Amino acid sequence: MTDRPSTTKGRRPRTRLRRRVSGAIALALALGTVGVAYATVAAAATPKAQVASNAPSEDPVEIRKGRQLFEQGCITCHGRNLQGVQDRGPSLIGVGEAAVYFQVATGRMPVARQEAQVERKEPYYDEAETLQIAAYVQSVGGGAEIPTGNLRGSDENLAEGGELFRLNCASCHNFAGRGGALSAGKYAPPMDQANDLTIWTAMLTGPQNMPVFGDNQLTEEQKQAITNYVQTLKEQGDPGGAPIGRMGPVPEGLVAWVVGIGAIMLMILWIGAKS
Amino acid sequence: MSQTTSERRPTPTRRNTGPVGKAADWADERYTGSGLTRRALNKVFPDNWSFMMGEIALYSFVILLLTGVYLSFFYDPSMTEVRYNGSYELLRGVEMSRAYDSTLDISFDVRGGLLMRQIHHWAALLFVAAMTVHMLRVFFTGAFRKPRELTWLLGVTLLTLGIVEGFAGYSLPDDLLSGTGLRIAHAIMLSIPVVGTWVAYAIFGAEFPGTDIIPRLYIAHVLLIPGLILAIITVHVGLVVKQKHTQFPGPGRQENNVVGERMYPSYGAKGGGFFFLVFGVMAALGGLVQINPIWLYGPYNPAHVSAGSQPDWYIGFLDGSTRLFPAWEIRLWDYTISPLVWPCVVLPGIMFTLLALYPFIEARLTKDRALHNLLQRPRDVPVRTSLGAMALTFYTVLLISGGNDIIAAKFDISLNAMTWAGRIGLIALPPIAYVLTYTICLGLQRHDRQILEHGVETGIIKRLPSGEFIEVHQPLGPVDDHGHSALEYAGAAVPKRMNRLTHPGRKAKGFLWKVQDPDEVQDRSGTEAALEAGLETNERRELAGRPKDPEL
Ligand code: HEC
Ligand code: HEC
Ligand code: HEM
Repeated sequence: MTDRPSTTKGRRPRTRLRRRVSGAIALALALGTVGVAYATVAAAATPKAQVASNAPSEDPVEIRKGRQLFEQGCITCHGRNLQGVQDRGPSLIGVGEAAVYFQVATGRMPVARQEAQVERKEPYYDEAETLQIAAYVQSVGGGAEIPTGNLRGSDENLAEGGELFRLNCASCHNFAGRGGALSAGKYAPPMDQANDLTIWTAMLTGPQNMPVFGDNQLTEEQKQAITNYVQTLKEQGDPGGAPIGRMGPVPEGLVAWVVGIGAIMLMILWIGAKS
Repeated sequence: MSQTTSERRPTPTRRNTGPVGKAADWADERYTGSGLTRRALNKVFPDNWSFMMGEIALYSFVILLLTGVYLSFFYDPSMTEVRYNGSYELLRGVEMSRAYDSTLDISFDVRGGLLMRQIHHWAALLFVAAMTVHMLRVFFTGAFRKPRELTWLLGVTLLTLGIVEGFAGYSLPDDLLSGTGLRIAHAIMLSIPVVGTWVAYAIFGAEFPGTDIIPRLYIAHVLLIPGLILAIITVHVGLVVKQKHTQFPGPGRQENNVVGERMYPSYGAKGGGFFFLVFGVMAALGGLVQINPIWLYGPYNPAHVSAGSQPDWYIGFLDGSTRLFPAWEIRLWDYTISPLVWPCVVLPGIMFTLLALYPFIEARLTKDRALHNLLQRPRDVPVRTSLGAMALTFYTVLLISGGNDIIAAKFDISLNAMTWAGRIGLIALPPIAYVLTYTICLGLQRHDRQILEHGVETGIIKRLPSGEFIEVHQPLGPVDDHGHSALEYAGAAVPKRMNRLTHPGRKAKGFLWKVQDPDEVQDRSGTEAALEAGLETNERRELAGRPKDPEL
């Protein structure tokens, strides 16, 4: 043999410190990448606590207060007698207190700016004021009532709730209630921030592009089951690790390329240095 | 009677010591494997970081085999209806197929099952991704040219098989998302003119979904396709060993040698370590990031569908082409051609045919019939590089459009706007990519030539007596009266900074610091004798003008 093994030649002595530092850097890079990916993609929103479902009263004082609030905040678009204003807002006669609760408690009403779809935002009115406006609108035109009592039923209904959710809601809101796009700039929003009452009133009133799920379509027990399923799913952890949005294969593919292939590329370059 | 004698090797006189050495002698006396082994161990690998990408694919495949075997212990490919009674509360009592049920069990009730499932799935995504990256490197460096056309064809076959294998695996859990995917695949089969109905029926064995498809996909996924892939990888890598690696041109690197590191010990140690690094990435992903959470999707039910039902990324381009292609229904007399044929059958057919035939198309157009063992820098072949950029852009637009509803929902863009942007982008962006890449290639070429002529910028500014400021350049070779050197560009990297001057054509640059290992050289004249003797004939070739390593 004429040759010594090539690795023993020409190698610069490397201090242990340097090796440690490079190891630490590599580890930090790997962890950092995973962490950043987690933070950016994972849905940070945790579900809000449940709401006490106090129905609006039929107390005339409350109704009068509601009327005042309505005349300050809603009249420009919905008209003096709820009959609606051309090109501004629809008539609210017969929409019911449930619709008012959904629209106002999720911050959709009053509308801030005209877009393809009225957005959820910080509510403008507090819970009491919302119920006062609801009472007023109900007193004028009647309509779907705000549900009271047990909104989730008992936990035996979870599996049934899941089946009903996949049958009725997942086509727009995605399998885990994370939302989805509809045509022409419209979308079904994620349910991250929806409380029990929001889910119920959404089903009862069918806001904008969402169909109405009246008692003929889904019984009260079925609505309880769906609500229970959605809220339990939101509270439940992800046994597999970072949920990356619970959005299915698209974020997974992104992670495979950016984190997976990215990390391996860094390693290849790092190995080049370690030969 | 005549007798043929075949030569026997003499019994080796020098005996090895130690348990490994003795075992090797034992085997060598009986099976004479030392020649082959020595060849394998002495194989020289060119040292360039981009050559490691085929290995990622290989290692992901190994990881897929290992994790897949574990999963096959617990998975049951049966469509029997059962009522779920496992530990995942939100599905307890639901009717589902045994396939879905057993996948839930793997996820929640089998020790390490979820981790294995997740590693398996991440490895699958990375397997196809690594093949794609590997293919791009082969393409852009011209490694597919004669005599490696067959290697390229096998590569394209591997890529296709990898995609089909992935799709089959994705369908096995029989969850809502994969069932939706199968239904689309069924519709695509039906759309094939004339034979569609027959093909769909033959594959599914009944009306959709039927009870045959999952067991059939299972056999394909664990036996047929992996067997094929394994066989083709063997030939594919065997060809690389036989024909030896390509390498970038550089000092001492010629058409008839390979400069790099020996398989043993240098490259083997590196490769072995690399396997564990790749495995580490996949294990980390499998342990930290949730993938394919089938319990959220629910069991497949033809009446259910979810928003954002996407396939894995490697099928995404087909989803994208379906979304972008207008729903034209063509009627021929009383026969209608389904709008699905164009984006889902014709388009991928054209794409993969062009991909497979590219080496032959290029050879025909350039009239290049020569053998090539030296690679090309992408900038030196602007037309090919720009064509590649163009194809990549086309593919990327399709891929992004496959997820356009998710992008629309997450970034508050109208889905219709996304679709139209995709349509326009699909037609307008590839030519732009072509022109842009072409311009960049020419610019890089010009810069190389400039440095060869004028030397490397030193960063030293000198003031001439006339008051003018000039930057001092370090010429790369002997200069004429005007300070110009007449070095010819040889297809190798040109040093651009002063501190790279002593290492023209350096191998791996190093990520944290650079190294100065000397290279090994192996002859390419591939006769047995030359290979056997390779060990002795190899000598180190010093680069002309390169300073000796201080430690030597
Ligand atoms: C800037 C104009 C504007 C203002 C102010 C406004 N709305 Fe609206 N509102 C609209 C429009 C437009 C719609 C219809 C959009 C839609 O389809 O949801 C609407 C819809 C509604 C609906 C749903 C009707 C149905 O058919 O379900 C309710 C309830 C409602 N508004 C209540 C209110 C209340 C209560 C206020 C005051 C707090 C208010 N709005 C203020 C414009 C307005
Ligand atoms: C056809 C599509 C569609 C279906 C099916 C559908 N929704 Fe919706 N959903 C929507 C749209 C669109 C909105 C947004 C309405 C708005 O902003 O006024 C919405 C809003 C909601 C919200 C409000 C989210 C928030 O916090 O802002 C909830 C809760 C909700 N839906 C629940 C359900 C449930 C439960 C079902 C099944 C029973 C269901 N939806 C079915 C389209 C749909
Ligand atoms: C199962 C997937 C694959 C595996 C395991 C694999 C493995 C390898 C390995 C280990 C090498 C040698 C190292 C290298 O050059 O990177 C190689 C070389 C090669 N591969 Fe692949 N490969 C796969 C897919 C592909 C694909 C999809 C293509 C192209 C369509 C391809 C084309 C080539 C070519 C042309 C070479 C020779 C290049 C050279 O000698 O420099 N391979 N492959």
